[in-house]
Amino acid sequence: LQVCAFLLRSGFTEMVVNVRDALNQAMDEELERDERVFLLGEEVAQYDGAYKVSRGLWKKYGDKRIIDTPITEMGFAGIAVGAAFAGLRPICEFMTWNFSMQAIDQVINSAAKTYYMSAGAQPVPIVFRGPNGSSAGVAAQHSQCFAAWYGHCPGLKVVSPWNSEDARGLLKAAIRDDNPVVFLENELMYGVPFDLSEDVLQKDFVVPIGKAKVERRGTHITLVSHSRCVGFCLDAASVLAKEGVECEVVNLRTIRPLDVDTIEASVMKTGHLVTVEGGWPQYGVGAEICARVMEGPAFNYLDAPAVRVTGVDIPMPYAKILEDHSVPQIKDIIFSVKKVLNM
Amino acid sequence: CVDQLLEVSYVLSQGCSLHPFSLFGSVLLTCPTAGLASMVASSRSYADFTPEKVDLHRLEEGPPLTATLTREEGLKYYRTMQTIRRMELKADQLYKQKIIRGFCHLYDGQEACAVGIEGGITLSDHLITAYRAHGYTLTRGGTVREIMAELTGRRGGIAKGKGGSMHMYTKNFYGGNGIVGAQVPLGAGVALACKYLGNDQLCVSLYGDGAANQGQIFETYNMSSLWKLPIIFICENNQYGMGTSVERSSASTEYYKRGDYIPGLRVDGMDVLCVREATKFAADHCRSGKGPILMELQTYRYHGHSMSDPGVSYRTREEIQEVRSKSDPISMLKDRMLSNNMASIEELKEIDIAVRKEIEDAAQFATTDPEPPLDDLCSHIFANDQPFEVRGATPWTKLTSTS
Repeated sequence: LQVCAFLLRSGFTEMVVNVRDALNQAMDEELERDERVFLLGEEVAQYDGAYKVSRGLWKKYGDKRIIDTPITEMGFAGIAVGAAFAGLRPICEFMTWNFSMQAIDQVINSAAKTYYMSAGAQPVPIVFRGPNGSSAGVAAQHSQCFAAWYGHCPGLKVVSPWNSEDARGLLKAAIRDDNPVVFLENELMYGVPFDLSEDVLQKDFVVPIGKAKVERRGTHITLVSHSRCVGFCLDAASVLAKEGVECEVVNLRTIRPLDVDTIEASVMKTGHLVTVEGGWPQYGVGAEICARVMEGPAFNYLDAPAVRVTGVDIPMPYAKILEDHSVPQIKDIIFSVKKVLNM
Repeated sequence: CVDQLLEVSYVLSQGCSLHPFSLFGSVLLTCPTAGLASMVASSRSYADFTPEKVDLHRLEEGPPLTATLTREEGLKYYRTMQTIRRMELKADQLYKQKIIRGFCHLYDGQEACAVGIEGGITLSDHLITAYRAHGYTLTRGGTVREIMAELTGRRGGIAKGKGGSMHMYTKNFYGGNGIVGAQVPLGAGVALACKYLGNDQLCVSLYGDGAANQGQIFETYNMSSLWKLPIIFICENNQYGMGTSVERSSASTEYYKRGDYIPGLRVDGMDVLCVREATKFAADHCRSGKGPILMELQTYRYHGHSMSDPGVSYRTREEIQEVRSKSDPISMLKDRMLSNNMASIEELKEIDIAVRKEIEDAAQFATTDPEPPLDDLCSHIFANDQPFEVRGATPWTKLTSTS
């Protein structure tokens, strides 16, 4: 961050920041801004974070604000929610979202539903964060995408950043939000660098929760995606552009509340829709998007049925060749676009 | 055969000076001759409580064995316990009239716990419990009116009718929690906040004998001890987790020891003074920075687990009656006060009448207050947010949520 400040003062208006550092800087700034913010989770303090997302924070803020927990998700997630009840603003890290299943009762029944059950007497300003979805070679128990699971539940906000700007802005928004936010990161994105403009590097830069971003304008077909798959959509769009197909790529940024307006406006322009996600197809994010489009004004503008590109409906295998064929690839997106456009 | 068993174990118990419920554990039998082939009887008898008896675990000394009760305190405890009692009985009535629906877990019999605990802490301390929460909602500052109106699902309810029996909240009282055991880590989180903010407050986290085996409670014991959180764990042992007696659910029924490295004490939960003194002792322990402490309160519920449980298939009516006649918390306090000339019978009768009236008025309110407006259906999803659209039951039903 000091390097950032120096460079900004020296007239550099942009910085290259990878997603990990964007998350780190966001947390650092929010910890500094508000005394009530603290981070807890496994290895977040002295180990600098299992994926180094919290590097340097314990050294700077100490034991009180960066807390290493034992391997007891249900217990520490409950403790985090209780701390939020009593006025603190915890960031509760799950080493991966797979482990959140041990604690899911605390996320849903203790965090998400409490403001409603108490008729507004008890807000729960908490952020649950961690890497979500498939990684590389970590096999079935460590590769599940939870966007649909948490996106199903009223009382939660669920966000899924793609690039560094998303990561930085959404994390700041999440920490400043007075409600429970499920923050789905992606391990394979942590090391990916992106340009961040001067505006984005401001301390009060936030990305509003609930607003999707059109990453690429196009006229022939709408691609809606979240997290790492947004990058694949953009890559597919580049390839398709050479064949004269212009894709509009919508980065959801937020799973819940879903920005249906942006999706509908795009579909009403292009007349074609393909959703792309890493998670399983049944009852997934793409399924919800298609249902919403069916039920709304955009349906009448569809020239073909909307279609989903998803992870394969199997537990994630280990062998590389199998794993590669378990997740949506760029060629799957291109294939689906051409099918929908009847090319 | 049930009668014989009770007789035998009662005789045995008279020769022992041990605390109640311990004795010989229970022997489970079926009584085909009684024509109730599937009835299970417990042979546990109920000895008289030895006042101020405290069992200690990893503690050199416990709370004082004598306690001073002022007239003012006595009258206050009497009135509050009587209010809880009558409020719960009125809830029973309203439930049977189908004016209260769903789950209703009544607290009658356990009043000394809620009242005694509150006597040992202050309203700036924090408390969280599970679903048998009406008594605590009262002791933590709720009114009978708003509690009853919540049970009947009206807009004047303490949670505006949105929460119901298990989800009532007041300042520094975090419910009312429906998921068994989940409230315990939540309570530790509140305690963490107390330590973090340096405000010298503590959190009382309650759970029952049924919840005491939950893994998340042991996770909480661990973290609370590691981080020396100002938390008082309290196990309200009323001998039964729903229909399962403690002997059938727990390899160790010494709940005050289950915290292992956490110091513990077990006291008579039917005696409001015992509870108060134990709570004061525990609170001092916490506030002196020693970390968590665990209290087991031996208590009893007259009602079944909830209103859908008659409460007599897994325990005998004789047992319930014996507790009522020998260890009722309100009677015990009343006798103490009368025999020590701290109050007159008339005075206590006047309190009874006043309480009865308060309950009647509250019930009147609770049955006549209107239900929440439909506009409220989607409100209170998010705090401090702009209003947003909520999908109704059909795509054409667009509702609005406000904070």
